[in-house]
Amino acid sequence: MTSEAADSAETVGAVAPAADPGFVQRYGGTIEYVLIPIAALAGALAVFGIFVMLFGKNPLDLYFYMYYGAFGTWFSWQNTLTRAAPLILTALCTALPAQLGMVIIGGEGALLIGALSATSAALLLQGMPPLVVQIAMVIAGVAGGGLWIMLAGALRQYRGVNETISSLLLVYIALAILNHLVEGMMRDPASLNKPSTREIGAANMIGSIPGTDVHWGLVFGLIAAVAAYILIYHTVFGFAARVAGGNIRAAKIVGLGVSKLILTICFLAGGAAGLAGMVEVAAVQGRTNANIAAGYGFTGILVAFLARQNPLAIIPVAILLGGISASGGLLQRRLGLPDASVLVLQGIIFVFVLASDALYGRIGFLKGKS
Amino acid sequence: MDFGRISRRHLLQGGAALTLGAAAGVRPAFAADTTIGFIYVGSRDDYGYNQAHAQGAAALKKIPGLKVVEEEKVAETDAVEKTIESMINLDGATLIFPTSFGYYNPHIIKMANKFPKLHFEHCGGLWTDKDPKNAGSYFGYIDEAQYISGIVAGLTSKSGKLGFVAAKPIPQVLRNINAFALGAKSVNPKATTQVIFTGDWSMPVKEAEATNSLIDQGVDVLTCHVDGPKTMVENAARRGAFVCGYHTNQSALAPKAYLTGAEWNWEALYPKFVKMIAAGEGIPNFYRGGLKEEIVKVSAYGEAVSAEARKAADDAKAKFLSADGFAIFKGGLVDNKGKTVIAAGTDRGQKDPELEKMDYLVEGVIGATA
Repeated sequence: MTSEAADSAETVGAVAPAADPGFVQRYGGTIEYVLIPIAALAGALAVFGIFVMLFGKNPLDLYFYMYYGAFGTWFSWQNTLTRAAPLILTALCTALPAQLGMVIIGGEGALLIGALSATSAALLLQGMPPLVVQIAMVIAGVAGGGLWIMLAGALRQYRGVNETISSLLLVYIALAILNHLVEGMMRDPASLNKPSTREIGAANMIGSIPGTDVHWGLVFGLIAAVAAYILIYHTVFGFAARVAGGNIRAAKIVGLGVSKLILTICFLAGGAAGLAGMVEVAAVQGRTNANIAAGYGFTGILVAFLARQNPLAIIPVAILLGGISASGGLLQRRLGLPDASVLVLQGIIFVFVLASDALYGRIGFLKGKS
Repeated sequence: MDFGRISRRHLLQGGAALTLGAAAGVRPAFAADTTIGFIYVGSRDDYGYNQAHAQGAAALKKIPGLKVVEEEKVAETDAVEKTIESMINLDGATLIFPTSFGYYNPHIIKMANKFPKLHFEHCGGLWTDKDPKNAGSYFGYIDEAQYISGIVAGLTSKSGKLGFVAAKPIPQVLRNINAFALGAKSVNPKATTQVIFTGDWSMPVKEAEATNSLIDQGVDVLTCHVDGPKTMVENAARRGAFVCGYHTNQSALAPKAYLTGAEWNWEALYPKFVKMIAAGEGIPNFYRGGLKEEIVKVSAYGEAVSAEARKAADDAKAKFLSADGFAIFKGGLVDNKGKTVIAAGTDRGQKDPELEKMDYLVEGVIGATA
């Protein structure tokens, strides 16, 4: 963990003096990397507490219900993990291209296309053994989402189109394609007032992790996050990607195939979000309709930035945001806060974490900071 | 405040709760006081669909011994399953009203199977005899109220051009548009109703554009079928046009421009449901009705409504309330492409299942379903 965190701190571009290879320096960097986000989070919660006080509510109640609704009971944990599952996958859609210095914010589009592709695969393979259908759905979901983001990568590499804008606009195109197909060609005629595709069939659903209510998407997310971490920090390919992300001209001079890097990374990123779409279909909805566009792709961007684009850090951050949204309902019911208060909290956390970037390398070690 | 320490302690507690909770299972909460949960897809003060339900919930809050918990902005994904479970597990709710159409399949069905002793009442009229018996789905024939709005609009309009801002060309929406147009034509055979579909339930920008565009084309009375009529009502009033409301009463937004409106009457229905349960008779799984059954109602007439229009509207209302009822969709009905959609001699009463499949716009409506 120590060297990993230090590595990522460097990637993100921390100001820490990396020249001194002394043990203390490295250790200090790691502590900093854990401590600053926690302090930022604590600061955000404190500010949110003040905000809630302005509404005449007791902030201690707030903290209690947040904890109770997110982690206080076994049910709360399952609620949190269920909500975290798609976020891990969609966050990877932003975090992987970030290694190349690209800002991709179109995970939602890849998720929608992944869901559509996975549904199509399942509908085409009706009657095949469930395992075959499920594997085909995974392949279709990953390929669909992957190609979608690869499109944004290719536009950037070959046509010089800004990938942030293009990936965002591709979300709306994906949504239009989804609505067009769901309300037209792929519509189940029986879905009168809620246009939907036909159902993929109960037998083809992937179900929950045994003993829980949490669907398999969580496991997919954990595997994908760890795999992405290994790929980026422990393979030659990942090293090449980080070199290209640090200085694209230098990467070209040393002969790295930058186009290939960009396209591959974008494919993997979109594939992760596409897999999230497949899971939504195969574990939750059982078919595709407008409900698939629930905004997981957009929350994923927040998760990736809060995790400072580190694939491993995405896991705890996704669980944290899953917990915030799980406890949001309880805040509405017990404290009478509007739903928007959860968005306010997310916004405050985001601002604090971004602002805390300025602190790296400026704290005389751990002194007085907790 | 040290969030790191709090969260670690809480994690441990959560871990303990995790084991306990798994051992104890879900408690079958049946307290002396009954807790009822309401779930809304949008915000409960949207001057529209969700507010109408929240008014119904508010009527229940006045009944002693009832506790009402509410949660807004719950997506039509597994989020609603988790909200339902959270209301059951953490609040002890025994009767849940998930009010959005898209909550039903698969989410409510799944929850009703999981909690066979608790009751689930869904708004949308989707229950079939294959579904769990502890789930129900109610709906209202709000096209009756739209027909009356049409009469008032037809007699108020100077240009004879009416406008309809609609979400999607699905049967429920088409039925409202057609009922409104037929109501207008019944008093002014030359009246036309121009419809614009925005494509989704909540698209404020497109709703405003549609409103302006209709008024630019000479429309002087508008109504709508979207989740939140606020945008249409305010924009139309600002442009000097008259409006008929939808879902709930919007006269507060435009006191001078508001003619009348088609409203849900959940504040009458929900207490009725609770009484049925208290009397031990249970709520019918499939519960529907219109003006006569007090599931829908017509807004009080605004000051701009002439005596003639009031009389015509009151006469129509009396027909709906009469023992025989009144069929809006009568034989010899031609759609706006010239095709006969209901053969002469067949009257389709409000309960006719054929009307649930409506896929046409009647003669006099300007617009297309696809």
